[in-house]
Amino acid sequence: MNILKTFGLIIFLSGFLLFNALIFFGTYQLRHEIVNEKISDTTKRELFLKSSQDFIGKTFTTQFAFVSNLKAVFRTINDSQAERYRIRQGEIDTLVLLNHGRFSVATIDSLFNSESDISAFKRKILTQYAPSIEGKSLDSKELTSELQGFAQTIEKYNTINQVGFDRYQINELSYSLTKASAVNPIAKNSIFFLLITVGFCVAGAMLYILPKVGLHPGIKNNGIFFSVMKNTGWLGILTGTWLILFYILLYFYPEYITNWIALVDPISIAINGHEAGRFFLYGFIYTLCVIVMGVRMMIHYRHSKYHIIRTLSVMFFQLCFAFLIPEILIRLNKPYFDFKNIWPLDYTFFFDYRLNELIDSGGLGIFMLGWGIALIIVGVPVMVYFFGKRWYCSWVCGCGGLAETLGDPFRHLSNKSLKAWKIERWIVHGVLVFAIVMTAGVLYTFFTGASWFLLFDSYVVREVYGVAIGSIFAGVVGTGFYPFMGNRVWCRFGCPLAAYLGLIQRFKSRFRITTNGGQCISCGNCSTYCEMGIDVRWYAQRGQNIVRSSCVGCGVCSSVCPRGVLNLEVKDEEGRFGKPILIGNNKISLPD
Amino acid sequence: MYVYMGHLKFEHTKPYEDSFWKKNKIDLYFDTAHNIDVRSKRITLSSGDFLTYDILVIAAGSVSNTLDTPGKNLSGVQSLYGYQDLQLMEKNTHSIRRAVVVGGGLIGIEMVEMLRSRKIDVTFLVREREFWNVALPLEEASMISRHIRSHGVELKLGTQLKEIQGDAGRVTSIITSNGEKIECEFVGITVGVSPNISSVAGTGIETRSGILVDEYLQTNIPDVYAIGDCVERKYELRGRKKIEQVWYTGRMMGEVVAQTICGKPTKYDPGPWFNSAKFFDIEYQTYGNVGPLLQPGEEDFYWEHSSGLKSMHLVWNSQTLEFVGVNVFGIRLRHESFDKWLQEGKDIRFVIENLRLANFDPEFFQRHEEEIARQFLAKYPKLMKAAHA
Repeated sequence: MNILKTFGLIIFLSGFLLFNALIFFGTYQLRHEIVNEKISDTTKRELFLKSSQDFIGKTFTTQFAFVSNLKAVFRTINDSQAERYRIRQGEIDTLVLLNHGRFSVATIDSLFNSESDISAFKRKILTQYAPSIEGKSLDSKELTSELQGFAQTIEKYNTINQVGFDRYQINELSYSLTKASAVNPIAKNSIFFLLITVGFCVAGAMLYILPKVGLHPGIKNNGIFFSVMKNTGWLGILTGTWLILFYILLYFYPEYITNWIALVDPISIAINGHEAGRFFLYGFIYTLCVIVMGVRMMIHYRHSKYHIIRTLSVMFFQLCFAFLIPEILIRLNKPYFDFKNIWPLDYTFFFDYRLNELIDSGGLGIFMLGWGIALIIVGVPVMVYFFGKRWYCSWVCGCGGLAETLGDPFRHLSNKSLKAWKIERWIVHGVLVFAIVMTAGVLYTFFTGASWFLLFDSYVVREVYGVAIGSIFAGVVGTGFYPFMGNRVWCRFGCPLAAYLGLIQRFKSRFRITTNGGQCISCGNCSTYCEMGIDVRWYAQRGQNIVRSSCVGCGVCSSVCPRGVLNLEVKDEEGRFGKPILIGNNKISLPD
Repeated sequence: MYVYMGHLKFEHTKPYEDSFWKKNKIDLYFDTAHNIDVRSKRITLSSGDFLTYDILVIAAGSVSNTLDTPGKNLSGVQSLYGYQDLQLMEKNTHSIRRAVVVGGGLIGIEMVEMLRSRKIDVTFLVREREFWNVALPLEEASMISRHIRSHGVELKLGTQLKEIQGDAGRVTSIITSNGEKIECEFVGITVGVSPNISSVAGTGIETRSGILVDEYLQTNIPDVYAIGDCVERKYELRGRKKIEQVWYTGRMMGEVVAQTICGKPTKYDPGPWFNSAKFFDIEYQTYGNVGPLLQPGEEDFYWEHSSGLKSMHLVWNSQTLEFVGVNVFGIRLRHESFDKWLQEGKDIRFVIENLRLANFDPEFFQRHEEEIARQFLAKYPKLMKAAHA
C-alpha cells in the first residue's frame, strides 16, 4: 500500500512540476499571418503593423519578454494616436472666439470642416459632448475650461477606444497573439503534453488515494493537525500561494498561461468545436479536481451513504451541468448556459449581453430565461423549505462541489469564533445587497438605455462587482484561501446566493440538525470539522437544535460525532428550534 | 485523545470560547485549592492567595487507580485522566515502537486507539474473558474484541500484569500473569478511576470512597456541595450505582446544583441510565440497564449484523415484559424515545414494533429494524402473537 502511495506521489509531483514548467517552455515569434488572423478591423490592423515592424518576426525566449514588448507596441500606438487626435489648445481658443457669450454646437462643424479623419473624429466626438452646454451663456474663461474638460475626457476614453486599442482589446489581443505566437511542440502534440502533465497528476493522485480503501471504513482524521499540508504548514502555505497565483494569472494575465490553454485545445474542439479559451481550461481542471477528489471524498467517508450520494451528486452536476452541457450548447450554436447556476451567484444573468443572447435564441433561449428566473423565485424557496439550503450548497453547486471535494482536507481551518460569525453576517449580506443593487442598475440600463441609475453608473458598478466579487472574492480568495481559512471562505463570507438560501433556511424551512437527548460530551469534533465555522457544540452541549442560515448541510458534524448526537433532519416546522435542554435530569425542565 | 491523535488542537476541546467566562461574569483561577476552611468559608490557594465563598461546589474529579506492581514507578509507565497525563504521554511515547496497555475498560481502549494512531505496536492486556466484559454482555464484548484485533492490536484476554522491568529507570519490558515477557517502551495503566477525595482531606467534609452527598448534592457541611466524579451518594437510587464516574452524571449534577444555589432547591433525580462510547470505528450507546449478566427474571434478545460491526441487545422482564434496557453498536438510537419508553414502562413488544421511530442514523443509512423484528419473532413467536391477539 505504502509503495503505491509513494509511487503515486512521485507521479503526481512529476506531472505537477512539468505542468508548471510548461509556462516557461518554448520561444515566441509574432508573424504577419497571425496579426491578419487575430486583428479583424483593417484600420487597426494597419495601425498595429505600422508600429510593430521591429517586433514582428523577432524571436523571444520567454513569453514575459514577448508580452512586455507586445504591450509596448500597444502603448506606442495609443500614445501616438492620442497625440495625433488630441484637441489642441489653439482649437479650443478658436472655438471660444467663435462663440461669443452663448455656445452653439454648430460652431464645431465650422471649425472642423476638413474631410481628414482627424478633423472628422474631432467633429463627431465633440458634437456628442457639446449638447450639455448648448445655448448656455458662458464667458470665455468658463467656456475654455468646459472645452478643456471635454478634451481631457475624450483623450482618456474615446480616442484609444475608437482610433487606438482600449484595455479590453489589449487584454484580448495580448492573450490571442501570444498564444498563436508560441513556437513549441505543445500545440502540435497537446494530447501528449496533457497526458504527461495533467494526466500524470490525475494518475498519481488516484494511486495516492485508492490505497485508502484498505483502511477500516470510518472517520480517519488521524494526524490532521500535525500535517504540514492540512494545518497550514509550509506545504499548505505553498499550495495556497500556488492557487492564488493560478487564479491571478487566469483572471487577469491569461497571456502568460497560453501553453496551458493550448493543452486542452483538442478537447475543446472535440466538445464545442472551438479552440480552448482560458475558461475552458479552468472548467476542465476544475471538473477533474471535483472528480478525482470526489473519489477521495467517497473513500474517506465510505461508511456513510449520505456522503457517497451527495458527492456523486456534486460530481454529476459539475461534469454534466457545469462543464459538458454548456460546451455542447456552444457546439449547437445555442447560448452557453449552466442550468444549475442561479442568480445572484450567477451575477451576469441579467446583464444586457446575456439577456439579448437568450431573447434572440428563440424558444430555447426563452426557456432558459424562464428557467433561470423560476429557479430564483420558485426553485430556491421551495427546495430550501423542504430540504434546507444543502440541496444546493452541498449537492448541486459548483463552488460547493469543489469545496466538498478538493477542499475537504481543509474544512477544519474555518474560524469558529463569535467574532468571525459577526463579520460573516455583515460581509455575506453586504455582498447580497451589492448584487441586488448592481443588478437593479443593470436592468434599469437594459430597459431605459441610461447608464446612470440613482447614484451610480451601472457599467462601472457591474465591472467593480465582476472584478472584486466575481474574480477576486470568489476565485482568488475563495479557492486560494482553502489552506489558510478553510474550504468555504467564499460560500461563508461572500456568496450572495448562499446568503439568500440562508435567509430562507433560517426563517422558513423544515430542515434542522437535531441533537440526541443528553448524549453530547462536548468533545469539539463537530465544531472543529464544520466548514462553515458554526460552533455546533455550543448548541449540542445544551441540547438545542442547530438552525443556522449558513449551514450547508454537509453532514460532517454528524459523521465525526463519536456519540451519535447530531442528525440532519427534515420534519414539521413546529418545534424546529427546540428547547435548550438535555435529557437525563427529571427534575430540570424549562417553561414552555 | 483527539488532541493526541491529531483530530483536534487543545483549544478545540474547550467547551466555550475564552471570552465566555468574562462575558458571563465568571472569574477563572488557574490554581489549586491548598486548604479549605469550611468554618470561615475561606480557601487557601497554592499561590498563597485566599478566596472566600458563600457557597462552595467541589468538582474535584477522579484520580487514576494504580497497580501495586514491581516497576510501577519506572519512567514510561503512566495512567491517563487529565491534560497533564496527556502531556506526559506525548513525552513518553515520542518516537517509540512498542507499547503495552493494561486494563480493558474505556480509558484502556482509548489509550490503545491513541497509540495505534501513531502506528505504535500495542499489546493490550485485559483481565476479563473479553474486552470490557465487566460492563458488556459476552456477545458485544467479543464483537468489540474482534474489532480491536482487526486494528492490528495484540489483544491478550484473561491476562494481567505481573511485573514491569526497566533499565536505567526506563521501562523496557513487562511480564504477564502467564509469565510471558513483552518488550515495550511504554506501559499504560488503565485500571479504572476513584473519586479524588484528597483535596478535602482534613476539612471535615465527610467522605467514604467519594465525597458523601445528600439528595441536594450537599455534603455534611452546609453550603458545601460536591458534584461529578468525586461524589458518592449517601442514598439509593433504583438502577444506579452510588458512584457514577461518567460525563453525563457530572453534567446533570452540575445542572441540579446550579438550580439549588440559584434559589430553587432541586433534588438530584436522574432519569434512566444512559451512556455512550466509541471503540475504534464502532459507536456504542446504551439506554436502561443491560449488565454483563442477565439478572434473575430477565430475558434478552441479541442481534448482530453479518458485518460484525453492528449489534443490538435488548433486555426485558420475563414476567411483566417490561423493557429494561438496550445496548446498541454501530446504529444510533434516539435518546428521547428510549428515555420516554423506559420511564413509561413500555413492554418489549412495543419497543420492537416502534424501533423504527427510535432510529437516529443519518439519511440513506441501511436500516435493520425489519431484520431485527423478524429474528425476534423467530426466537419469541409467542411473545409477538400474544401482542397481536
